Amino acid sequence: MAAHLKKRVYEEFTKVVQQQHEDLSTKKLRLTKPSKSAALHVDLCKATSPADALQYLLQFARKPVEVESVEGVVRILLEHYYKENDASVRLKIASLLGLLSKTAGFSPDCIMDDAINTLQNEKSHQVLAQLLDTLLVIGTKLPENPSVRMRLVEVACKHLTDSSHGVRNKCLQLIGCLGPVEKGVAKEAESQAAKDVQKIIGDHFNDQDPRVRTAAIKAMLQLHERGLKLQQAIYSQACKLLADDYEQVRSAAVQLIWVLSQLYPESIVPIPSSNEEIRLVDDAFGKICHMVSDGSWVVRVQAAKLLGSMQQVSSHFLEQTLDKKLMSDLRRKRTAHERAKELYSSGEFSSGRKWGDDAPKEEIDTGAVNLIESGACGAFVHGLEDEMYEVRIAAVEALCMLAQSSPSFAEKCLDFLVDMFNDEIEEVRLQSIHTMRKISNNITLREDQLDTVLAVLEDSSRDIREALHELLCCTNVSTKEGIHLALVELLKNLTKYPTDRESIWKCLKFLGSRHPTLVLPLVPELLSTHPFFDTPEPDMDDPAYIAVLVLIFNAAKSCPTMPALFSDHTFRHYAYLRDSLSHLVPPLRLPGRKLVSSAVSPSITPNEDPSQQFLHQSLERVYNFQHLDPRGIQELLEFTIRDLQRLGELQSELAGMADFTATYLQCQLLLIKALQEKLWNVAAPLYLKQNALASAAAKQILEETYKMEFMYSGVESRQVVIIHHMRLQAKALQLIVTARITRGVEPLFGMCEKFLQEVDSFQRCFISEVPHMQGSFVDKLLDLMPRLVTSKPSEVVKILQTTLRQSTFLHLPLPEQLHRATANIIEPTGESDNPLRFTSGLVVALDVDATLEHVQDPQGTVKVQVLYPDGQAQLIHPKPADFRNPGPGRHRLITQVYLSHTAWTEPCQIEVRLLLAYNSNRSKASTRIPKSTWSESLEAFPPSENGIEGTIPFSKPVKVYIMPKPARR
Amino acid sequence: MPEIKVTPLGAGQDVGRSCILVSIAGKNVMLDCGMHMGYNDDRRFPDFSYITQNGRLTDFLDCVIISHFHLDHCGALPYFSEMVGYDGPIYMTHPTKAICPILLEDYRKITVDKKGETNFFTSQMIKDCMKKVVAVHLHQTVQVDEELEIKAYYAGHVLGAAMFQIKVGCESVVYTGDYNMTPDRHLGAAWIDKCRPDLLISESTYATTIRDSKRCRERDFLKKVHETVERGGKVLIPVFALGRAQELCILLETFWERMNLKAPIYFSTGLTEKANHYYKLFITWTNQKIRKTFVQRNMFEFKHIKAFDRAFADNPGPMVVFATPGMLHAGQSLQIFRKWAGNEKNMVIMPGYCVQGTVGHKILSGQRKLEMEGRQILEVKMQVEYMSFSAHADAKGIMQLIRQAEPRNVLLVHGEAKKMEFLKQKIEQEFHVSCFMPANGETTTILTNPCIPVDISLGLLKRETAIGPVADAKKPKLMHGSLLMKDNSFRLVSPEQALKELGLAEHQLRFTCRVHIQDPRKEHETVLRVYNHLKGILKDYSVQHLPDGSITVESILIQATAHSEDQGTKVLLVSWTYQ
Repeated sequence: MAAHLKKRVYEEFTKVVQQQHEDLSTKKLRLTKPSKSAALHVDLCKATSPADALQYLLQFARKPVEVESVEGVVRILLEHYYKENDASVRLKIASLLGLLSKTAGFSPDCIMDDAINTLQNEKSHQVLAQLLDTLLVIGTKLPENPSVRMRLVEVACKHLTDSSHGVRNKCLQLIGCLGPVEKGVAKEAESQAAKDVQKIIGDHFNDQDPRVRTAAIKAMLQLHERGLKLQQAIYSQACKLLADDYEQVRSAAVQLIWVLSQLYPESIVPIPSSNEEIRLVDDAFGKICHMVSDGSWVVRVQAAKLLGSMQQVSSHFLEQTLDKKLMSDLRRKRTAHERAKELYSSGEFSSGRKWGDDAPKEEIDTGAVNLIESGACGAFVHGLEDEMYEVRIAAVEALCMLAQSSPSFAEKCLDFLVDMFNDEIEEVRLQSIHTMRKISNNITLREDQLDTVLAVLEDSSRDIREALHELLCCTNVSTKEGIHLALVELLKNLTKYPTDRESIWKCLKFLGSRHPTLVLPLVPELLSTHPFFDTPEPDMDDPAYIAVLVLIFNAAKSCPTMPALFSDHTFRHYAYLRDSLSHLVPPLRLPGRKLVSSAVSPSITPNEDPSQQFLHQSLERVYNFQHLDPRGIQELLEFTIRDLQRLGELQSELAGMADFTATYLQCQLLLIKALQEKLWNVAAPLYLKQNALASAAAKQILEETYKMEFMYSGVESRQVVIIHHMRLQAKALQLIVTARITRGVEPLFGMCEKFLQEVDSFQRCFISEVPHMQGSFVDKLLDLMPRLVTSKPSEVVKILQTTLRQSTFLHLPLPEQLHRATANIIEPTGESDNPLRFTSGLVVALDVDATLEHVQDPQGTVKVQVLYPDGQAQLIHPKPADFRNPGPGRHRLITQVYLSHTAWTEPCQIEVRLLLAYNSNRSKASTRIPKSTWSESLEAFPPSENGIEGTIPFSKPVKVYIMPKPARR
Repeated sequence: MPEIKVTPLGAGQDVGRSCILVSIAGKNVMLDCGMHMGYNDDRRFPDFSYITQNGRLTDFLDCVIISHFHLDHCGALPYFSEMVGYDGPIYMTHPTKAICPILLEDYRKITVDKKGETNFFTSQMIKDCMKKVVAVHLHQTVQVDEELEIKAYYAGHVLGAAMFQIKVGCESVVYTGDYNMTPDRHLGAAWIDKCRPDLLISESTYATTIRDSKRCRERDFLKKVHETVERGGKVLIPVFALGRAQELCILLETFWERMNLKAPIYFSTGLTEKANHYYKLFITWTNQKIRKTFVQRNMFEFKHIKAFDRAFADNPGPMVVFATPGMLHAGQSLQIFRKWAGNEKNMVIMPGYCVQGTVGHKILSGQRKLEMEGRQILEVKMQVEYMSFSAHADAKGIMQLIRQAEPRNVLLVHGEAKKMEFLKQKIEQEFHVSCFMPANGETTTILTNPCIPVDISLGLLKRETAIGPVADAKKPKLMHGSLLMKDNSFRLVSPEQALKELGLAEHQLRFTCRVHIQDPRKEHETVLRVYNHLKGILKDYSVQHLPDGSITVESILIQATAHSEDQGTKVLLVSWTYQ
């Protein structure tokens, strides 16, 4: 444990080494270099006892070592290594050697010979193992040097006969990582040492130590990963390992078998104890299936997972995995599934009194019953019934993958998946529902299956219900009774859980449009129309009625005869719903309403093109405004922005793009307006009002640019440059305005310097893009840079002002896909008049449920803000587990916000909204910092000098009525 | 040849009163001590007089192991320990120890208070008996005495059920008790490591059955209950107070919660509350789901299930009642059954195995008219359903366990003879191990081939392994040394040390051979000729001509003397040591 901790500590320090190396200037490095190795040398010589030396080495390991001094340090360490008698110190030195050779930028070939030499006289097994580890590091650092690798492999082969498992382990690891992979090299190697890596490793499959056996298999897998084609002969060896006593060996062997089955799927292997032969992939499949009932759950998970990716297996074998011959007192019994199926196909209704129908029928031949079949029999039946839910989930996943590739298998596994809907663990249920959705193209649900599926709608977990709605969206139902049943159950669900409204409507929309012919005969019943009597008009606000209408209208879309069955009020309701819930109700071609329908339903697909054209045309127009007078420019911009905004509202696909460009144009407009102030040349104090306008504009532009950068998904670096450029312009504007207002020069110094720094960093970040920005603000600015650096602030301001005016408007290229991040808080609804009462000083939990769209990395960026009436604001980071990902680009936040406040005299409203946090350091253009976990997201990266953190509100605020009561004494 | 002897006193080709005697390497162990549900006379307890006629049981038995708390596995324990007399240790797991006395007390009450039997064990005897119990943990190796050790493995089946490995030296026996290889709503699956015992004694209740998936069973069960309740009928589920009952309770409880049903569920009182308490307590023995969620809510804290009162049975409207005992042979379940049997709307669901002779067995086998006590005829109109919820391993499960443990022999108990026959044949065919199925009182002898551990000094081992090529370490290897058997221990030592320890002098063995050669020359000439000849052909060896006229080739000595009678014949004496 301690060793493990130490190792971790060192690993972390190596990280530090790299970073520091980047930051420090080379001058400083040279200064520290001689002292480093010299100090170590002195320390080591001073050390009187091994314990002392160890201490020194430990201290040394805490400090980073620069690239230049690595070699020197290594020499000193080696020198000391030969002198040292104590094994632990040598071990430490060996591990230090490995660490040092990992140093970025250091090429370890110069120390390789020494490292190999040290192996020769070493007696301690631990030190040997550590040295081999060091060699492994060295070898991996030199990928382009086959001869070095050959040498290392030879060294490793020599030590394979060592009596310690640790040494053999490392040798195999080294061979696996460095062994020759290419054919040509292998031949060369044969001429040199006549060694076949695979054979060497294969020999250790029978090692006496399970750890070595595992290492051998892992080495083999490593070779495979590096591109070496494994020999088929290994297969039989690997099969023997499946019966190993140790679980890690079995687990690795399962992987190896899987790899081989993917390599040689079609070759033929004999079945032992018979003269039949089968395909290797089938044989392997059978063997892995066998491992699904292994004693160790780790192996079971592994086996179940791998089963899913064996697509080439023949269907005969595949279907056996779901087979489990039942018998009772030696007589064949049908499974419940078979019985259910028969009941269905014979056309009988379930009477619920299946008296004795599971009574065993045919007598079976005792000889023919093989209780443990050597094969795939019932693997999934076992896997799905496993004790550990990890295994069950893996089995469900595997089932999903296999079913996706084989429709007949999909049909067969349906019963089992449906059964999994009743699993005791929610995660498993959820997973099986998702799986079912994925394979739903291949299947049609029978009524009895649908019954079981629908029973789950009453589940109290929202996730399950919603997953089920999604599933129902894309299932095929075979009969009209099925549709009716689904509708009834969904309506039941609606009354039980009114919050599912949206989801249920959506579900019915798809259900209707998929099964128009099945819905048709149900229409009179559903609308409760009567051939003779008028029935009362249903309540238009009833969600259940809306649900029914959504089903019918969507079915009617492709069933032109249906509207004839509608009564008058249905048409009125249609018009109303088409307007209010346009995303759920499709345009219909209704008789006698030609005008409306033709206006509403223009063909949909070609619609995209004109609007996209329009978007591009209007942008073209804007970019060519140069010749217009300022007034015209402003007007043109205003109109275009208006157009774009409207376009965004109309065309949801283009909303992101339109909004994005509109925002950009808005920025430009603001900039132009601010610069258009004719009074720039007049003495400043007289025109405070104008200055206020200009500074407000600068501020707004800044905000907008942050929005542009962080709120849209799909923004590419080309856009980021433009955005940053706009921001730079805004900052220049800010500087100019401040220069006008402030008296005295001192405060300006700082500002100027900061601005110049920013220009500098802009140049550094986007050096490749700058040439494309001819005539832009920054282009001109960079030309003037030498002058700016030397001149006084007032000069700078003047130059900036002119440059800003003369610069051209940059063309904003549009990416392929652009989506604006949006959030919609579903709960709290903000409609409640009942205040949430709680005792002051204690907390109350407020359930927040929101949908997020097009948010990248929501775990890191989305925050909940609570604004109290006293202006106090609270920012809450939701847990990563609170985010669910129902589909690509969509997220769902279901979390609890804890509120607390001191006592109020009367209830008041607080505001809850979602914020998108950003950090300009994390901008898309600059080098990405590896994602940190949520807990350390802020602490780990202290904002650097130009990193600006902020938040953008991106949802409508919702008001919640709360009332903290004073605590009773 | 050492042997293991097994004699079932109960459960040999039978279900009920499990009691198996095992003698292994001079140790005698009794596995389980159960009663038989089907009998009310002396046959209900195992015949302990078989063990010893007049001696004390304690002297004969080294320990008693109880696998779980079902009465057919522990019902005779107080009788055995207090009335017959046994003072040795009794081993069982903690939950078994906790729950066992409750069941025994219940059993005693029914037999003594209800049936009025005398000469039965008393409450005090149960208490005294439990004092002799030593509780063990899972996977804990308990040293019964210096040689005998036992170890418990998880067996599923009921709370606290365990399989026991009994080990003396290198010989070992695994007794499974009752076990379940498929996990259920409240317990996990049985598990054993590859311990390769000499003998595996396995139960075989479902030797010829392969069961449907448990989810189908559960769904079927829920559907049947739900339909009957919706029809307004009453559902009777006879259960043993502990075990299946808890699983079914959890099943119904969750179902009721999910479907929001209102019909009352009752559980016969008394035992339940106490037992549920233990279920809540021994969370570590339950399955993954309950173990993981008990922090939020202990699954055994039922919301919908209430205590049953006798008067409720006559209440109108639907209800579900769990009542004991499980085989409808006596007690509350039989009373309720009588009340409800006449109505075809009602239903009785038998969730487990029923021993022959019980009412449960009769109605399951299709009898619609039952003769009750006092010559009454009871007509059964209610539906009778059988749901195999009993948590025994099915044929596949048994085979799976055998595959996991890899025993050298298998012995089947706790099952019906005909079914065992089938399974026995299967086991022999699949695993190529011999399989036994003794009847009660029949002794099975199994020859074992135990390995005998021998100590060897490290120095010798290293020295010996250094000689010769490095062979595969897994394969047997030839070594030289002397085996010392001293004070019941074996040691392999080098010959020198053996001599030293035994105080013996070293003797050397030389082989001599005389060769007659017709050679008229003088002796020393003959010697010289031989010498030259040897020197010529044995170039690689050191051939020396010693001054005393003999030749040595390494350690071989050659001397030549003239024949006493015939001077023309020389006698060559060749002498060599054993190598």
